[in-house]
Amino acid sequence: MPKHPEIKKVLVIGSGPIVIGQAAEFDYAGTQACRSLKEEGVEVVLLNSNPATIMTDGDIADRVYIEPLTAEVLEQLILKEQPDSVLPTLGGQAGLNLAMELEEAGFLKEHNVKLIGTTALTIKKAEDRLEFKRTMEKIHEPVAPSKVVETVEDGAAFAEEIGYPVVLRPAYTLGGSGGGIASDREELETILENGLRLSRVGQVLVERCIAGWKEIEYEVMRDGAGNCITVCNMENLDPVGVHTGDSIVVAPSQTLGDKEYQMLRDSAFNIISELGITGGCNVQYALHPESFEYYVIEVNPRVSRSSALASKATGYPIAKVSAKIALGYTLDEIKNTVTGKTYASFEPALDYCVVKMPRLPFDKFISAKRNLSTQMKATGEVMSICTNFEGALMKAIRSLEQHVDSLMSYDFSHLSEAELREALSIVDDRRIWRIAEALRRGIGYETIHRISRIDEWFIDKIAVLVEMEKRLREEPLTEALLREAKRLEFPDHVIASLSGRTAEDVKELRISFGITAAFKMVDTCAAEFAAQTPYYYSVFDGENEADPASDKKKILILGSGPIRIGQGIEFDFCSVHCAWAFEKEGYETIIINNNPETVSTDFDIANKLYFEPLTPEDVENVVRLEKPDGAVVQFGGQTAIKLTEALLKMGVPILGTSAENVDAAEDRELFDKVLENCGIPRPAGHTVYTVEEALEAAHSLGYPVLVRPSYVLGGQGMQIAISDHDIERFIENINRIAQDHPILVDKYLMGKEIEVDAVCDGEDILIPGIMEHIERAGIHSGDSISVYPAQDLNPEIKAVITDYTARLARELHIIGLLNIQFILCDGQIYVIEVNPRSSRTVPYISKVTGIPIVKLATGVILGKKLKEMGYEPGLQKEAGYYAIKIPVFSFEKIRGADINLGPEMKSTGECLGISKSFNEALYKAFLGAGIRLPKYKNMVITVRKSDRPEVIPIAKRFEALGYHIYATDGTAEDLRAAGINAETINKYEEPSPNLMDLILGHRLDLVIDIPPRGVEHSRDGFLIRRNAIETGVNVITAMDTAEALITSLENRENDLTLVDIARL
Amino acid sequence: MNAFLILEDGHVFPGKAYGSCRDVISEIVFNTSMTGYTEVLTDPSYSGQAVVMTYPLIGNYGVCLEDMESEKPWLSGFIVRELSRIPANFRSDETIQSFLLRYDIPCIAGVDTRAVTKLLREKGTMRGMIAHTETKEALDTDALLEQIRAYHTGDEVARVSRREPERLPRAGLKVALMDYGVKENIARCLHARGCDVTIWPASTPAEEVLASDPDGIMLSNGPGDPKEYKEVIREVRKLYDSDVTVFAICLGHQLMALALGGDTHRMKYGHRGANHPVRDLRTGKVYLSSQNHGYVVDEKSLPETIAVPAFENVNDGTNEGMNYIGKNIFTVQFHPEASPGPHDTAFLFDRFIEMMNQKKAEERSGKNA
Repeated sequence: MPKHPEIKKVLVIGSGPIVIGQAAEFDYAGTQACRSLKEEGVEVVLLNSNPATIMTDGDIADRVYIEPLTAEVLEQLILKEQPDSVLPTLGGQAGLNLAMELEEAGFLKEHNVKLIGTTALTIKKAEDRLEFKRTMEKIHEPVAPSKVVETVEDGAAFAEEIGYPVVLRPAYTLGGSGGGIASDREELETILENGLRLSRVGQVLVERCIAGWKEIEYEVMRDGAGNCITVCNMENLDPVGVHTGDSIVVAPSQTLGDKEYQMLRDSAFNIISELGITGGCNVQYALHPESFEYYVIEVNPRVSRSSALASKATGYPIAKVSAKIALGYTLDEIKNTVTGKTYASFEPALDYCVVKMPRLPFDKFISAKRNLSTQMKATGEVMSICTNFEGALMKAIRSLEQHVDSLMSYDFSHLSEAELREALSIVDDRRIWRIAEALRRGIGYETIHRISRIDEWFIDKIAVLVEMEKRLREEPLTEALLREAKRLEFPDHVIASLSGRTAEDVKELRISFGITAAFKMVDTCAAEFAAQTPYYYSVFDGENEADPASDKKKILILGSGPIRIGQGIEFDFCSVHCAWAFEKEGYETIIINNNPETVSTDFDIANKLYFEPLTPEDVENVVRLEKPDGAVVQFGGQTAIKLTEALLKMGVPILGTSAENVDAAEDRELFDKVLENCGIPRPAGHTVYTVEEALEAAHSLGYPVLVRPSYVLGGQGMQIAISDHDIERFIENINRIAQDHPILVDKYLMGKEIEVDAVCDGEDILIPGIMEHIERAGIHSGDSISVYPAQDLNPEIKAVITDYTARLARELHIIGLLNIQFILCDGQIYVIEVNPRSSRTVPYISKVTGIPIVKLATGVILGKKLKEMGYEPGLQKEAGYYAIKIPVFSFEKIRGADINLGPEMKSTGECLGISKSFNEALYKAFLGAGIRLPKYKNMVITVRKSDRPEVIPIAKRFEALGYHIYATDGTAEDLRAAGINAETINKYEEPSPNLMDLILGHRLDLVIDIPPRGVEHSRDGFLIRRNAIETGVNVITAMDTAEALITSLENRENDLTLVDIARL
Repeated sequence: MNAFLILEDGHVFPGKAYGSCRDVISEIVFNTSMTGYTEVLTDPSYSGQAVVMTYPLIGNYGVCLEDMESEKPWLSGFIVRELSRIPANFRSDETIQSFLLRYDIPCIAGVDTRAVTKLLREKGTMRGMIAHTETKEALDTDALLEQIRAYHTGDEVARVSRREPERLPRAGLKVALMDYGVKENIARCLHARGCDVTIWPASTPAEEVLASDPDGIMLSNGPGDPKEYKEVIREVRKLYDSDVTVFAICLGHQLMALALGGDTHRMKYGHRGANHPVRDLRTGKVYLSSQNHGYVVDEKSLPETIAVPAFENVNDGTNEGMNYIGKNIFTVQFHPEASPGPHDTAFLFDRFIEMMNQKKAEERSGKNA
């Protein structure tokens, strides 16, 4: 069936800001789909509030709206652009929910807009718990005994009936948000109450607990003619009970025979045929480990995190094919672009093993509970490919960049055997390390399996690695042993430390034995057909098939690894643009990256893709083969920057800013010298290594001081200390991980933060624009609301900033990108940080100014001058729009994390408000971030005495908007004294009715709770914030944010003006 | 013990020996199925061939004896990248290592199977040898290559086919299943649909089969070059002439074409795996199929008055099935019985049964009239 001729203009809905459960995978899927639609001559209109994405680029879609993802905006956009169709299955749950809202309201029908890809009926059948259950019963697909409840009482009654433990799954939420396993009535009440509130429709499914069963997923496709295929299946190492997003996942399944494999495949086809899916679909199963009994857990009728993983694991572009199916093509009409010979109507055959590991944010949220359950907590993930499972697991571990490189990296040797047995039942991110320790102690597979329910096949694989550790420790390092250790992907330095040598020795030894990495191709067909797509992974047990021959100069682009707080999708944006720019200049581009969710690891972005960990050894393997003419590190975030030294040692020239100058910006003493040479002031500070030195520094500077490690991203470990006690705690935390670099102690200045990104060609600089932060210094720039163009700066200050930027660029010999953060304090500009690389703000500032920053940076890296490229140096003229970037957090997903903002970044994503008017831009930003007020017009204010003068005018403004204000005694008194009708509410520890009752009563819009600086946060405040967040109440912890919010609410307008940034 | 895979073009791949330590010479073919090694091992169509599994991790779920497709493994050798140390499946009866040893099948593990597969893809199916020795130097490669190049597959059907007829009684339609190397699941598929199945040795004369008065005849899959089986082809022609409903799979499909004067030819490296898309030429619908064949029917060699193509391979356009004009006969190149592989085309067994029933109904009404 050829493409439907009536589809000419399609509106694609993106997934909005990155939050836990909805991350970069939707940028990957959306970008692929948009390109696929454009390939077919369809005009693409895009709606996505996330400015850091590649899909919101002018060259991906024809019309790009970075606007809040709300039903009102979508309606307005449809009226404005008049698309004939909406494709809702690429924007994750957010996009799907939005499209459903309009469909249910009859809006789409009324305006002759069709949902393509998948019909509303299909979505409802798959997503609505009751409908889903009914459908599954109709086609005899088993689902666990369950009941949809709308009240806690009904839930409890049903749980009594089927017996605890029960699983609770709220309908229509992201990443299982608000779900969990309850083993008794008390737990049930807590989780259920929360889940009911988070569900868009106020429904939660209570179901028989099948924790411990095998969790198996199928990624399937179906076209409009009813043809079905399986892209791949996946098996979770972690049995049912851990969200698949937090599980270690292997593709294809390993412990299923053909009988089980085909049984579930038949089931998946049965389901997608009944649902009438057209496009990609994910089906999750619980399979009884000792019978053929299975249950369908869930069906996602859209592209998903798992589909991104399946695409990268097999080379089968699910989103691209889904988009073509939406246009009416059948699977056998769509060419497999990997082989160029076969069609999309086949099932990939893998001749390797793929392992995915979650990137969990417990390094950021030290106080958070590490346990894993049905609520996803991971911010990102890594994928690795190898010919054996052990090797794939070892590669995945070191790809995480969490100071882990083997199964010895978390040490449990201090546990007694009894303690260890006990600890085996803990389900968290360190479980496989505990299993490894148990195996070292000789605890049997059966025991470990009985406690963990992990399949013995996986336990045996962990045992293989543990046995190798022992052999390396005890046996002479023969050629055979070394070969086997490398086959299992032990890094040289781990082999070295086990065998008592240096990593250099090990490397030399293995090279002398001819043990070097070879690269194999991911070709969708297990070598059955010659493939045309150069997508590779390394092995130590085979022949190399990556051909380094090229008649072009080769450039190595280092990606940024897994999405984590502080290093997000924005660096992928930069890496992809860098690859495109180099290709345009006639270079052969080579990307190394390990993140399956991103655009940069799509098989047709770079000329060659190496799916590998980003460690010096792994990068060197690629370098030895490819011998690139140069490498670019400034686009891949800190991950890439950290590889600079290693690349130089390998003899790879770093293009752009030199390594010494990168160092000069990162090394405090060198940097001080640079600033001194430039005559630029910075807050006074010292470098220290020990607690004693830190205390001395703090005393000489006077509190408050800012404490942070050097060479980090996202303010990792950065804190404001107000006392000796704080210093002791912080330094201890930082030094928990061995530091190669000193710790910085600086005077904390409470001023306005200003940020610029600049491109420098060695002579001239170009500053696309100056951004200022709404929150004063002390809150990480990534967690602050950022405004472009800065509106509170006079021309003199702007001139100083431009001048300082130019001086720094010149002094540091910047070739390429530069990001500088300033503080304006008492009329004086200080520099607080210089990053000689791309930054979080690059995508956003590029889009709103229309200046292709990464392309220009790539140009200058190649030796071009800004002027040659047609740009006038200096600070560019301000755009006619305000663009306000607002952070988005995922706090509700991370139990136990303190949501209080500070110098360490905590946000997972961002969205943009753009408008000719500042107030509208601000309103859009808050709206996009999900702060949709008012609802109940009730709020709580609780601030310290010293903050009350500042909070009073804000409170007055809320009151003027009709808000009823609750406050704890001191705050309430002061508010009343200022003429505000505040109602006193008892504190948490005081008798009921108290603050907690108010929060749990679900009648609150907002809590403004501004905690003091330093470590000593009251438990009261922490509990207020946690409970508010977990019950879905907006919480603001900074005065400036509160003020911005009230400003935006005061200027709320019903009709927003939508801006097409592709045509600014 | 060490072992080596020697290909007729001179390539030598080292590995570790498992199972039997017999040196064997055979054809070398590759299979891309990711599950179903037990079924592959016991598929008689691999007689005379050593199979390279492209999926690297084999033996993960052990061997479930009820998954066997015939009474024993018939292949010459098994070439894998890695054998699992433990079997992890509740149905597993034994490890793959012990299974291979018990049936005296040589296996070489630790081979760069992808490199072998690429060679077979580029050069076509080759002959080769699994040789057992500790070092590569100990191999007299030239002499071995001479032996390898002299190897020819023999009468594989005679080797694998039953000696005696076997009956799976049931109350329904009577099906004569010709065993050219039949996979048990063909019999199971028919039996599960209520058929009374008699499995006949390949050498059974057509007259004897027809004398049993079957409602339908099923021609099975099997090993080797179809043109070699001249006698069998003669008998198949008699079955064609008999007017009994016939459904044929794989080798059976090729034999029917040859029986009607059509031609088959050897493919470069064949189709062996569980992911081959076939298009139903009548409906345009695409199904994923299990395949295992190195020869293919040249559909143009049969006049349209005799047979027309019914299925084609989506990837390379080769013939995947024929409908015989004026006859209750249809044949497919792929394996609707799956095992291993997708069940997408199992409906063909239902079609066969429908055709038999219809024929029966017609005959009855014919008699009555």
